[in-house]
Amino acid sequence: MSIKNNISPVLEIKDLKKSFGDHQVLKGFNVSLYPQENVVIMGKSGSGKSVMIKCLVGLMKATSGTIKIKNKDISILGQTELDFLRTEIGFLFQGSALYDSMTVRENLEFPLRRHKDKLRFRESVHDLVHEALENVGLVDAIDLMPSELSGGMKRRVALARALILKPSIMLYDEPTTGLDPITAKEIIHLMRNIQDRYGTSSLIITHDVDCARVISNRIILLVDGINYAEGTYDELSSSKDSMTKMFFK
Amino acid sequence: MSLVNTYPTRLYNFLIEIGDLSHFAIRYFKEVFKGPYETSELIKQCYIIGNRSLFLVGVTGFILGLVFTLQSRPTLLEFGAASWMPSMVSISIVREIGPVVIALICAGKIGSGIGAELGSMRVTEQIDAMEVSGTNPFKYLVVTRITATTLMLPLLVIFGDTIALIGSSLVEYSKGGVSFTLYFNKVIKALSFGDILPATIKTFFFGFVIGLVGCYKGYHCKKGTLGVGEASNIAVVYASMLLFIVDFIAVFISDIFFEI
Repeated sequence: MSIKNNISPVLEIKDLKKSFGDHQVLKGFNVSLYPQENVVIMGKSGSGKSVMIKCLVGLMKATSGTIKIKNKDISILGQTELDFLRTEIGFLFQGSALYDSMTVRENLEFPLRRHKDKLRFRESVHDLVHEALENVGLVDAIDLMPSELSGGMKRRVALARALILKPSIMLYDEPTTGLDPITAKEIIHLMRNIQDRYGTSSLIITHDVDCARVISNRIILLVDGINYAEGTYDELSSSKDSMTKMFFK
Repeated sequence: MSLVNTYPTRLYNFLIEIGDLSHFAIRYFKEVFKGPYETSELIKQCYIIGNRSLFLVGVTGFILGLVFTLQSRPTLLEFGAASWMPSMVSISIVREIGPVVIALICAGKIGSGIGAELGSMRVTEQIDAMEVSGTNPFKYLVVTRITATTLMLPLLVIFGDTIALIGSSLVEYSKGGVSFTLYFNKVIKALSFGDILPATIKTFFFGFVIGLVGCYKGYHCKKGTLGVGEASNIAVVYASMLLFIVDFIAVFISDIFFEI
C-alpha cells in the first residue's frame, strides 16, 4: 500500500457514470491500476463491465467522471492524441474480433500500418509479427485465415495482435469465455507470461473464478454500476457477505 | 390510436435518419481529402466492386438490349420506322434505362454486400478493434468503399450500355438483317455529347449514393446478426429510392444545360 502511495497509477477511473436514456448503467465506478498490477473486475451480466472498458478506450463517451491513462484525461484529447495514446493499450476482445478478410499475418500487421514509429532500430514489421506469434506459439498459422482457426487459436492470435504495438497496459474483456477449460488455462498461462516478459499492467474483466485466482493482484466486484467490494482473491473468497460469496461459489 | 401515434414517431425517426446520413456524407468529404490515404485498400475495393460485378452487369445489359429491341420492334414496324431502331434504343439506353437499371442492379449487389460486410464487422467488434489499435476505421472502411463505388459505377454503366447495344444489334441483325457496322454507325450518329455527358455524370452520383447508404447502414449496424440482415436489406431499399431521387434531380438539371 505504501508503494502505491508513491507511484502514480497508469490508469485511473474516477466516479464514472454512463447512462443510456433513462437507464443508468454505471453509477460512479472507480478504479486505479498501478504499474505491473493485475486488477480483475467481476460482475454479473449487465452490471456495466463492458461499458466501462469501452469508455476506457474511448469507444463510448462517459456521461460523467474522469478517465486518465498515463496521467492524460482522455475526454480532452484530440483524435490524433487519442490514437497515439491507444498504442499504449492492448485490447483483447471477448470474441477475438479478428479481421476475417485478412490472414493472421495481415491481422498482426494492421496496427503497425499507422504506427511504424513503434518499430525499434533495425526491426522490421516481419520481425515484430514473428515475435508476437512466437509469444503465443502460433508461428505456423501465419498465413491462415481466421475462419481456419479454432476458438482458442483465434484468441491467441488476438492476443498477439493486442501485443504487437508493445503496449504497457493490457485490457482483457472476458479472455476465457467460450473456451474449453484446457484452452482457458492456456490463455491464462499466456497472460501471465506476457506480463512477466513485458511488465504490462492489466485490467481483466472476467466471470472465470479460476482466471481471477491465478492472475489477480486485486479484485473489484462491480454490482449495479458501483464498486461493491475490493480486495485480494483470498480476502474476497473468504468473505462472509452473501453477495460476495455468490461470485466465488 | 396506437397506429396514429406511430406516424409522428416514424416521421421523427425518418428525419433523424436523414440527418445522420447527411452527417455521415459530410464526414466522408472531410476525410476523403485528408491524408494518410488508404490507396491499396481503395484499389482492392475498386477491383472487388468493379471486376466482380462485370458478369452480372454484362448479363443484365445484354438481356436489357435484347428485350427492349424485341418489344419495340413491332410498334416501330407498324409506323414504318424500323430504321429508327438503333437511334431510339441507343438514346433510351445511354440516357436513362442503362444507368438506372445497372445502378439498381449494383445497389442490390454492391450496396447490400457493403452493408452486410460492415454490419458483421460492427457486431463482431472488428471495427472497434481497428479503432482501439489507433487506426481510423472510417477512413479505411468507409472512405475507400464510397470512393470505389463512385469511381466504378460509371465504368460499369458504360460497359453495361455497350453490352446492351450489342444485344440490341443482335436482334436487329437476326430480325431485320441490319449489319453490325450499319447498326453502330447509326448509334454513333444518333448519340450526341448532350446524351452521353449528363448520363455519365449522374452515374458518379449513383455510385456515391450506393456506397454511402451501404456504408452508413453497415457502419451503424446494431442488434447482432439480425441487425446485419436488416442493414443489408435497408441499404438496398434506401439506395434504390435515393437513386430515383438523384435521377430526377440529374434529369432536371441536365434539362437546363442540355436541350433534351
